[in-house]
Amino acid sequence: MAQQATVKEVLFNPVFNNNPIALQILGICSALAVTSNLKTALVMAIALTLVTAFSNLFISLIRAQIPGSIRMIVQMVIIASLVIVVDQVLRAYAFSLAKQLSVFVGLIITNCIVMGRAEAFAMQNPPMLSFWDGIGNGLGYSTMLVALGVIRELFGAGKLLGIEILPLIKDGGWYLPNGLLLLPPSAFFLIGLFIWALRSWKKNQVEAPAFRMAPQVSDREVY
Amino acid sequence: MSSNKESTVRTLLVALTVSLVASVFVAGSAVALKPVQLENRLLDKQRSILAIAGLGDNLSSAQVKEVFGSRIKARVVDLDTGEYQTTFDPLGFDPLKAAKDPKMSAALSSEADKALIKRRERFTTVYMVEQEGRIESLILPIRGYGLWSTLHGFLALKADLNTVVGLGFYQHAETPGLGGEVDNPKWKALWPGKTLFDDAGRPIIKVVKGGVDPASPEAGHQVDALAGATLTSNGVDRLLQFWLGEQGFGPYLARLRQQGV
Repeated sequence: MAQQATVKEVLFNPVFNNNPIALQILGICSALAVTSNLKTALVMAIALTLVTAFSNLFISLIRAQIPGSIRMIVQMVIIASLVIVVDQVLRAYAFSLAKQLSVFVGLIITNCIVMGRAEAFAMQNPPMLSFWDGIGNGLGYSTMLVALGVIRELFGAGKLLGIEILPLIKDGGWYLPNGLLLLPPSAFFLIGLFIWALRSWKKNQVEAPAFRMAPQVSDREVY
Repeated sequence: MSSNKESTVRTLLVALTVSLVASVFVAGSAVALKPVQLENRLLDKQRSILAIAGLGDNLSSAQVKEVFGSRIKARVVDLDTGEYQTTFDPLGFDPLKAAKDPKMSAALSSEADKALIKRRERFTTVYMVEQEGRIESLILPIRGYGLWSTLHGFLALKADLNTVVGLGFYQHAETPGLGGEVDNPKWKALWPGKTLFDDAGRPIIKVVKGGVDPASPEAGHQVDALAGATLTSNGVDRLLQFWLGEQGFGPYLARLRQQGV
């Protein structure tokens, strides 16, 4: 029998040992889109954490009742409802942020992390543990988003949360911002560097190469 | 009830129950949060009116309410005659809702519909910035189709009814980074000071591709198009032609020119 995971494990493993973005390579799209400043990254991280936690909780609560043939669609209905509620709350209480996040809050519905945790964890584990697993994976996602947001906003715009940290040359300071960091591709480079750093630190995360190229040979050697 | 979890009846029952619970949940939150959201949308609109009229950027909600209340006057205009209409409450009147109501709007022929808005309302709300009882600038609501979406915005004019004070869009869904650059402060900064009409009162403002030659005599009523967003730029150009022309605010502006602002 598989060993029952503990709350501590499900809560903190996803942060570095099994990071949804760095190891499972899920949720990349939103990680590129919303991290050009720290504020949207934080709001997105909180929204995703709440959605993952509560969708895990509700799905785990009714998991014994869900027929196998429609389990995915039932999960989707629960996830989609939660996302709509989050979107409505943001529109009511954080209108300008909701405007900046635009479609990305709605796209939490299709974020693989939420669906992945529902299918892989909540369908097999008790409700409270599933809830903590959702929080844990949300934390893993948040760690990555916050790290990206801090680097991109600080070096791309010289600010953090809109407060000036590095005075820009155009405002009479000394810092020349790197405009590339404000564009989505920079998040790709940064995520790549994070994965490299993480796998150099935790060697067991290095995957065996799935594809090997044949060595270059001359025609005579082949025929 | 069948004891088998996988039976058809059971599957349908679970699907129905989950859908029902989820829809009640979603509908409940949407209805409960609607008043707060509407207020936010109104504040956002007022904030963009103030920004376009040059009365301040990034104001807090309380500041928006205060400045809007003390400096801005709203009036409803009959677009066909150009006269003010006093039966509606200008702040409560919703021109966008009116544009969908067959009694309050008219369908546009495809020839007249330069802004691609299909129907135009008969009445709309215009805003005025007042300084000691004198009108300083006039803010007109404008909208039109870009590439993916209808751009909703405002155009602010000086009291000479010809010089632009500012132009901005508060709602659109154009491609971020390309058409979405209509929100770019640098592009918006190209607008103030441009003139809209020729001597005969015809709209000549133009969004031009390939850059405006500052030495050209036309430069005063030309604005650079957005790079990589031809269709959005064309949309902005056409919607200005429409709203400044006979189908839009033409009659109203003509009356103001005659009778004084």
